[in-house]
Amino acid sequence: MSHHIVLRVVAKLLIPLILLFALYVQFHGDFGPGGGFQAGVIFAAALILYALVFGLDSARRVISPDLLRVLMASGVLLYGGVGVASLLLGGHFLDYSVLASDPVAGQHLGILLVELGVGITVTSTMLSLFYGFAGRGGDG
Amino acid sequence: MLLGFLVVIALAVVRLRNLFAAVMLTGIYSLHAALLFISLDAVDVAFTEAAVGAGISTVLMLATLGLVGREESRPRGRGWLPLTVVLVTGGALVFATLDMPRFGDPNAPVHTHVAPRYIQDSPNETGVPNMVTSVLASYRGYDTLGETVVILTAGIGVLLLLGGRRRDNDEDEGPR
Amino acid sequence: MSALGLYNYEIVIVLMMTGFYVVIRSPNLVKKIVGLNIFQTSVFILYISMGKVADGTAPIVMEGARAYSNPLPHVLILTAIVVGVATTALGLALVVRIREAYGSVDEEAIQKQDRVG
Repeated sequence: MSHHIVLRVVAKLLIPLILLFALYVQFHGDFGPGGGFQAGVIFAAALILYALVFGLDSARRVISPDLLRVLMASGVLLYGGVGVASLLLGGHFLDYSVLASDPVAGQHLGILLVELGVGITVTSTMLSLFYGFAGRGGDG
Repeated sequence: MLLGFLVVIALAVVRLRNLFAAVMLTGIYSLHAALLFISLDAVDVAFTEAAVGAGISTVLMLATLGLVGREESRPRGRGWLPLTVVLVTGGALVFATLDMPRFGDPNAPVHTHVAPRYIQDSPNETGVPNMVTSVLASYRGYDTLGETVVILTAGIGVLLLLGGRRRDNDEDEGPR
Repeated sequence: MSALGLYNYEIVIVLMMTGFYVVIRSPNLVKKIVGLNIFQTSVFILYISMGKVADGTAPIVMEGARAYSNPLPHVLILTAIVVGVATTALGLALVVRIREAYGSVDEEAIQKQDRVG
């Protein structure tokens, strides 16, 4: 892979932009098109591009498969945790209105956290799917 | 127009014996579907379809092809039985669509039940202008929690099947 | 409008049946999954077509919009796409393991080995 200099330079230019765009999609999802699922797959696509161009081993150094396993579960836990938190604060499960003093602000906060949980799980699952398949072949 | 392209690409996938080309065509098929979703006002869906269909699932399919080989053998037997089954099923479905409401009809049953409530109340109740986000995360939060768990489960399944113990290449029978 | 009113649905059925044909006709397991993907996308198009309202815009609140398309099908399909790729990956993982166990991804070759063993 070391001789694909054009690919490497272009990828180096593009990957930060894709990551930034993914974050924008994640956190701007309330106002424009976007949200956890979309941001998750875009983020994962950027990291997969990195793995394809620079090799699987260097991608594994950036984000290790063990970290991904933890992240996969913690995204769902964050989602469920928001539900339990709203339960403890006196509302129904996943009823975000009680999360803040103002129901609308509470809804906003709840949606943001839940989307973040979705984004984390989707990103890490997609990446570990890719690691699974690419790692099987040996060379990526 | 886009729909016509989709049909052409799908038929080309049927004809191709080279799986590599077939997988690349499904990537193009997904991009076309994403364009179609934009023209049908589903911008969020188009986003996802473009990133998933043309990006991630194509890469996963290619990785699989690298592991299992890329040529398809010619199907044995005659094709008339599957073709008959498909034509009969398709005919039944076409017959069923005759009762569907017309495309874009604002009075279709889909648009008269919960959707108006979401459209009217969601900006005030959640303070989120994008209704897809508010319905996804708030009104249908249980569904989305379930979907996230399904993704997690599929990820765990793949890790169980492919992760962990890595075989040596010479242990595999047949060329890779 | 009424002549074209069902055009989307008919195309969806053609695509659906194309995918279905690939699934039952092709002996190759990877090709079968490609067929399932075509089928799946046709279902997505069916739902999104149902959600479209004539003269509507994307369901994001803004000034001057008269009608919005139905957000509910968008939500369902949005999650379905991501779940779909996860399940596709699970299927592909099974194919990889089948190939390692049988040395082939051809349906008939696998069945032949099963009959002998």
